[in-house]
Amino acid sequence: MKYIDSTQVHKKMGTRLIANTLAKTLFLLATLFGLVVLIVLIYRVLKDGLPWINMDFLTNRLSTDPGRAGIWGAIMGTFWLMLVVAPVTMILGIGTAIYLEEYAKKGRVSSFIKTNISNLAGVPSVVFGILGLTVFARALDLGSVVLAGGLTMALLVLPVVVVASQEAIRAVPQFLREASYGMGATKWQTIKNVVLPAAIPGILTGVILALSRAIGETAPLVVIGIPALLIPIPDGIFDKFTILPVQIYYWTIDSALVAEYANLAAATIVILLLVLFVMNSIAILIRNKFQKRY
Amino acid sequence: MAKSVVHDSGKKLNVREIIQEKKKTKSINNTTEKLIPKILFGIAAISVFTTIGIVLTLLTETIAFFRDVPFIDFFTGTKLKPLGENAVFGVLPLLTGTLISTGIAMLVAIPVGLMTAVFLSEYASEKTRRLLKPILEVLAGIPTIVYGFFAFTFVTPLLRSFIPGLEPTNILSPGIVMGIMIIPMVASLSEDAMSSVPNAMREGALALGATKLEVTWKVVIPAAISGIIASFVLGISRAIGETMIVAIASGSSKNFTFDVTQSMQTMTAYIVEVTGGEAAAGTTLYYSLYAVAMTLFVFTLIMNLIAQYISRRFREEY
Repeated sequence: MKYIDSTQVHKKMGTRLIANTLAKTLFLLATLFGLVVLIVLIYRVLKDGLPWINMDFLTNRLSTDPGRAGIWGAIMGTFWLMLVVAPVTMILGIGTAIYLEEYAKKGRVSSFIKTNISNLAGVPSVVFGILGLTVFARALDLGSVVLAGGLTMALLVLPVVVVASQEAIRAVPQFLREASYGMGATKWQTIKNVVLPAAIPGILTGVILALSRAIGETAPLVVIGIPALLIPIPDGIFDKFTILPVQIYYWTIDSALVAEYANLAAATIVILLLVLFVMNSIAILIRNKFQKRY
Repeated sequence: MAKSVVHDSGKKLNVREIIQEKKKTKSINNTTEKLIPKILFGIAAISVFTTIGIVLTLLTETIAFFRDVPFIDFFTGTKLKPLGENAVFGVLPLLTGTLISTGIAMLVAIPVGLMTAVFLSEYASEKTRRLLKPILEVLAGIPTIVYGFFAFTFVTPLLRSFIPGLEPTNILSPGIVMGIMIIPMVASLSEDAMSSVPNAMREGALALGATKLEVTWKVVIPAAISGIIASFVLGISRAIGETMIVAIASGSSKNFTFDVTQSMQTMTAYIVEVTGGEAAAGTTLYYSLYAVAMTLFVFTLIMNLIAQYISRRFREEY
């Protein structure tokens, strides 16, 4: 007695196999869609922006005349901003991670802080802008200066640093800690001399990724109140400033009036993407070179 | 005579003095040991204070706003005209703008993101995967302002060439671009969920004669559904909060309409517009900023809580 009718099987199998192949092609196309968009985007930006990039563009001040406008002010503004964001977010982020991983008892407090951080990560950046505007710029009366923007940005990217540092600290094997205790070291000595050095590549990677997020972030700083056209170059953390993405924003929306502004925006995007590319490469390099596996 | 010993510091000390010194360092160590956890706890508490700060600033100013504008008028008003004499504050135009742009974005991000996740997790060889994943990461790392520029200077003109009625600023183009921006997020979270489905389940289905498509559709996706849905919800939350793309490409007309070819404003874009125009503190316009931000905050918070709930509640442990 035949249990399986092979002609039936082949007949049914055929359509199922065809469906499978079709689906596979469709899935592949969907995956390649991202690649295509990326290529088009980079091609467009390079085509519009590259001819406009030269030494004058990098070192000139802002100007309403597209032929003379430069982004030196935005570059310096970004630099000063990072000088505030980096230390603040590192101290807060790494400190929080050490507390959560090494000191906090697994209980209500630590799980509350963890939930809070993951919710903070989901708050839209424009809401952080409102916080910065209300607390740093107005209540503390700093005005829309580098310090106010930097503190806002540091809080915005804080969850990235916390999560990365937590993972890095968790990856340090327990036997390293125990060896340190065995030598008579105290808890803080162990953290300072054993855990942190072992975790530093992972932490640094997280910090760089957080900074590259901060460099590209626009909305909070627009909300804090960066003027569209600012001629003086910022000289410290108490100066008014502008940054690359905000400059891109104003040039893009004004490109309806002056067509060349679109080219200036594209040229600034090229510079911004270049900076991000370098930062991310450094992060990957650190991750690959120094990350030990125990 | 007490024996003298050469100490680390090079000084000659007798035993008694060394004991004294050890005691001193020990007591310093003890104070540090007690102090450090307190300092670190203080640092960790700052993230909590940030949340409290956000909620408090939004809440106080929102309450001030509802003293000027009745609650009901705000949430049922279809007209938003914040400037000029008879200012009207109805949030519905902003809500529809936000929901429509989010809807368009998810129409792009969900299918493409899910198919990408399926391809990477179920079909791609290890080599292809290692080639394609970094591309998604690059796409995820591009600042939103760049996507905004792309929507405004490329996607809108492109769409206008075959949708003649499309306005120069419209909600369709930023919606699509926002979807593209969210694809990597949906794809990588869904892929994580699918990769954690144990191979034994796939092999069981394959051994029964199922094709890969059937395995994906009937075994892997049902098993990973909590993670997949959570990725959709997080994508929605991201789209609701996205600012620069819509601020650039959708213009600032506060139309109450469902026509995607028209310019609409989202809640986020309204905040950017009003703060950019330097609203004087204390005016209703200024307070409206906080009422809109509060609405936005509540929306995204609910979405994030739903995502957390889904992935915790419906997670299948293997």
